[in-house]
Amino acid sequence: MRRASALVPILYIVFLMLPIYWLLNMSFKTTNEILGGFSPFPREFTLDNYIAIFTDPTWYNGYIDSLIYVAINTVLSVAVALPAAYAFSRYRFLGDKHLFFWLLTNRMAPPAVFALPFLQLYSAIGLFDTHIAVALAHCLFNIPLAVWILEGFMSGVPREIDETAYIDGYSFPKFFVKIFMPLIASGIGVTAFFCFMFSWVEMLLAKTLTSVEAKPIVAVMTRTASTSGYELGLLAAAGVLTIIPGAIVIWFVRNYIAKGFALGRV
Amino acid sequence: MLELKSVTKTVGQEAHIDDVSLALEPGTLNVLLGPTLAGKTSLMRLMAGLDRPSDGQVIMNGVDVTGLPVRQRNVAMVYQQFINYPTLSVYENIASPLRVAKIAAGEIDRRVREAADLLQLAPYLDRTPLQLSGGQQQRTALARALVKGAELVLLDEPLANLDYKLREELRAELPRIFAESGAIFVYATTEPSEALLLGGNTATLSQGRMTQFGATLDVYRNPVDLITAQTFSDPPLNTIAAVKEGGKLLVDEGRLSVKAPAAASGLADGPCTVAFRPHHLLRDKPGRGAVTFKGTVAVTELTGSESFIHVDMHGARWVALMHGVHAVPSGAEIALHVEPQRFMLFDAQGRLARADIKEAA
Repeated sequence: MRRASALVPILYIVFLMLPIYWLLNMSFKTTNEILGGFSPFPREFTLDNYIAIFTDPTWYNGYIDSLIYVAINTVLSVAVALPAAYAFSRYRFLGDKHLFFWLLTNRMAPPAVFALPFLQLYSAIGLFDTHIAVALAHCLFNIPLAVWILEGFMSGVPREIDETAYIDGYSFPKFFVKIFMPLIASGIGVTAFFCFMFSWVEMLLAKTLTSVEAKPIVAVMTRTASTSGYELGLLAAAGVLTIIPGAIVIWFVRNYIAKGFALGRV
Repeated sequence: MLELKSVTKTVGQEAHIDDVSLALEPGTLNVLLGPTLAGKTSLMRLMAGLDRPSDGQVIMNGVDVTGLPVRQRNVAMVYQQFINYPTLSVYENIASPLRVAKIAAGEIDRRVREAADLLQLAPYLDRTPLQLSGGQQQRTALARALVKGAELVLLDEPLANLDYKLREELRAELPRIFAESGAIFVYATTEPSEALLLGGNTATLSQGRMTQFGATLDVYRNPVDLITAQTFSDPPLNTIAAVKEGGKLLVDEGRLSVKAPAAASGLADGPCTVAFRPHHLLRDKPGRGAVTFKGTVAVTELTGSESFIHVDMHGARWVALMHGVHAVPSGAEIALHVEPQRFMLFDAQGRLARADIKEAA
C-alpha cells in the first residue's frame, strides 16, 4: 500500500519532467542524431549547440533584449502598482470596488486583441522595435495583476501601523519607503516574480512590436528554419536556456509564493 | 491644556461624537469610560488629529489645532491591538519618534534605554516585536509613547488584550510611569473598575455623548443621570420603575409600596426610576427601615470570593453581589434587603433627584 501511494507522485513527476529531460537530452545532440533515431541519452555528446548560441550575436542578443524589456516591465509594473494598491487598500472612494474589478478584467482579454492597435500606436510615436515598447505593452497585463496581488498583502497590514507612523512624525513618503515597504517585502517579491514570468514567456506582443533592435529570444527561436532545414539541436539548447531564468527566479521567491497563496491572492 | 469645544463628528448620517466639550489639564489622568461603540476611540482620534471633527474646535495650549494633521502635533497613542513596526527591532521601535525628530544619536540611546529599563524591556532590545509576548509587545508600544515626551498621551484600551495578571501589573505601573512626564493622559476603558483603580478624572460616554466629567470618585458617587450611573456600574446597576405618590414609592403597579427616602423630597409626584448598586442588595436584613424585596433566583454565579445572585423581582432582573459563597439553587424563593439611603432616584427624564450615599459607595 505504501509503495502504491508513493508510485502516484513518482509517476506524476516523471511525466512532468520527461519533456524537460528530453529537451535537455536533445540540446546535447547534433541535429543529425535527433533526426536519425530515438535515444534516451546523447550518443555523440556535444556542446556545439550552446557554443553556437553564446557566440552568435543574433542568438545571445535575443536573451539580452528579452531580459532588458522584462526588467523594465517588472520595475515599472511594481512601481506603478504600489501606490495604486495602497489607495485601494486604505481608502474608500466612489466606485473603488468597480474600478478594482475592472482592472482585473484587463487580464481576461487575450494579448492578440491588443497586438494590432499597439503596433500602429507605437509605430506612430516612433517606439516600434524598442525595449520600452514591449515593456509598456506588457504593463497592460502586469499592472492589474500587480495591483491585485499587492492589495492583498497591504490589506494584511493593520491601518494602525500607518497611523502610528504618522503619530511618530513620519511623512507619507518616508513612512511608505521605510516602514511600509519592508512590511510587504514578500508581497513585492511575489508580484515582481509574476510580472517577470508573464513578461518573459509572452511572445505575441513582443514579437509583433519588434523587428531587429529589440528582438526577444522567443522570436529568435521561431526563425531557426535555416537553409539547411530545422536546426533542432540549436533550438533545444535555446529552449533550455530560456527555462533557466524562470527557474532561478522561482528558487528565490519560492517561500514568498507560499505566503502569497496563504493570502489567497496568487 | 487640551480643550474640546462642542466637537462633533458625523460619519454619513450617524453622529459618532455628539457635541462634546471638555478641558483637560496637563499632568492629569483622564479616563474615558463607556461601553463599546460609545465613542471613546472616535473621541481619541479627534484629540490626536487622526480625524477632523465635523464641527467644533480642538484647542491645544490656546492654539486652535482643529485641522492640523497628526504628525505636526505632539501626541503619542497606544492602541488596544499591539501595534509596533514588525520589521524593526524593539530598540528601533522605541527610538522611531526620536529618529524622525532628528535627535542626536547619544540622546536617543539614553532615552531609549531609560524607557526600556522603566518598562522592563532592557533584555529584549535586539529582538523584533513578534518575538515577544503580548505583554512585552504592548510595553514596547508604551515605551515608544513614553520616549517621545508628548504633551498628549492617548491610551485606547491598552490593556484589554492582555491576560488578567499582566493587566493588573501594567495598570499599577502606568500612572507611575507617565506621572513624571507632565503630559495630559487620556485612557479609554470599558471597565468601571479600571477607572476607579486608575483614579484621576473620568468622563463617561454614551452613544457619542459625554454624560459627565469630573473626579472619578465623584462621578461614581454622584452620577448626574441614570445613563452615567449605568455606565459606571459593573455588574449592571439594579433599576426598577416606580411611581412617586406623596411620601410613597409604588413599585410593580402598586403591589409593593415603599416609604420614600429623604432623597425623594426633591422629586415631583409621577413616574421615576429607583436604582441601587448590586452590592447593596443584601441577604441579611441590615436593620430597621430596610426595604425588603421578595422574588425568585434565576441563576447564581460563584467566583469563590464573591457570589453573583441573579434574581427576578417585581418584573425586573437584578444582581446581588455578595462576599463568600452563596450557593442558592435556581428557582428558589429569596428575600433581599436594601437600606433606603442606598437608593438613587432618577426622574422621568433620567436626571438624578438626589443620591444620598453617606460613605464610600
